[in-house]
Amino acid sequence: MRADWRPTVSVGILQLRARMLSRVRAFFAARGVMEVETPALSQAATIDPNLASFTVPTAEGERYLHTSPEFPMKRLLAAGSGDIYQICKAFRADEMGRHHNPEFSLLEWYRVGYDHIALMDEVEALLDEVFADARALGSIARFTYREALMRYAGLDILTATAETCRACASAHGIEVRDELGLQQWLELLMSQVVMPACAEGFTFIYDYPPEQAALARIRPGNPPLAERFELLGYGLELANGFHELADVQEQRARFERELGIRRERDLPTVPVDERLLAALEHGLPDCSGVALGLDRLVMLAADVDDIAQAMAFSWCGA
Amino acid sequence: MATYSTNEFKSGLKIILDGDPHTILENEFVKPGKGQAFNRVKVRNLKTNRVLDRTFKSGDTVEAADVIDTEMQYLYNDGEFWHFMMPDTFEQHAAPKAVVGDAARWLKEQDMCQITLYNGEPLAVSPPNFVELRIIQTDPGVRGDTAAGGTKPAKLETGAMVKVPLFIEEGEVLRIDTRTGEYVSRVKT
Repeated sequence: MRADWRPTVSVGILQLRARMLSRVRAFFAARGVMEVETPALSQAATIDPNLASFTVPTAEGERYLHTSPEFPMKRLLAAGSGDIYQICKAFRADEMGRHHNPEFSLLEWYRVGYDHIALMDEVEALLDEVFADARALGSIARFTYREALMRYAGLDILTATAETCRACASAHGIEVRDELGLQQWLELLMSQVVMPACAEGFTFIYDYPPEQAALARIRPGNPPLAERFELLGYGLELANGFHELADVQEQRARFERELGIRRERDLPTVPVDERLLAALEHGLPDCSGVALGLDRLVMLAADVDDIAQAMAFSWCGA
Repeated sequence: MATYSTNEFKSGLKIILDGDPHTILENEFVKPGKGQAFNRVKVRNLKTNRVLDRTFKSGDTVEAADVIDTEMQYLYNDGEFWHFMMPDTFEQHAAPKAVVGDAARWLKEQDMCQITLYNGEPLAVSPPNFVELRIIQTDPGVRGDTAAGGTKPAKLETGAMVKVPLFIEEGEVLRIDTRTGEYVSRVKT
């Protein structure tokens, strides 16, 4: 008899996970945030060149498993839903490792009238609630992207070049064979130098370089900054939030730019979500949204180092 | 030219880096939610045994190293080369001192051993974990002294020196663990 029928999680962690989920739902119920569900299988896909969607053949042509429920949730917001949250599976092809499972659970929520800083406060309140019996939180450190890079990598983003980034990586024992662009270097240093240095407790990093805005709005200034934040827990990336871009022209321009990058890198071109753009054109209320990886949150609460130990069945046993 | 994508990386995979064959020891996939994915790998150079860390952009490809492990019979040493033979095809391979290295101490003619071939040429030689070799020189044995802990040096037929218990006699055959170079037991002949 084969032994791999067994779950990769222990019953104790499964119970912890169930308790955490019910606390999340209680948290939002108490705050009047409505739970919603949106389709996982869509006609359009994410354009982000760093995300790969699974495709599913259907009688009406190819569909895509969502990499996050962001687009349909924004359509609900534009239609007047008010504050909403969703707990769902998200799918990212090729993402497999100790901290990645191609199918994983996301908690995503949107708050009307919040900017990214106000939403960070709410993320902190949620963690307090969900971690009540796991580990003491303390207050969460907050650094801007520039401060974090300066403090932990000794690099000033305002003067950084691909060459200084390569030297900085090398000084931290990271030798890269390929030529990388400046933003790719910054992403590498952020995830391999800065994040591991934030190994104790939780940390917010906010106000990103505009090139890494993704779907965040950009606050004009010198330099302009993307109103985006990330939450790290014990060195692990847990959540990513935006003061959401509502400008349809800007959104379309970013999609075009990312499609260009997809063509350059010979990645599949995917259909742009015209329904999202139509919703933005109709009008997205001023809001902030965040997506939080639930499996990783369980990992931290249970103090395990492999995402497979936080979910019933991992990719290999699915 | 065969290649591997970073998606296929796993420990034991043989790849070419900087012109040398390497084996992957560890592979870690790292990726920020929004951003470039990387594979951080630890590799061992199969020529120098040096271990190093390398980071690859995920999705990149690297050249596969044509490295295979084969069982061969050791034939003889001509003073410069050690000669080995594939038992099924009788195909012969010669390996220089640099490749045979420390394994030379344990190689007895006719014994089977593992040869790692790189592009068809011997890259490394591993003796069996246990070999049986005759003592050609040691001090006379001390009778009855089978319990006391003392040892003495003994020279084996391959030239290797090992420490043996005092009661062992010249001409006896010993079982040796080649991984530690230590005496295991006497072999009845």
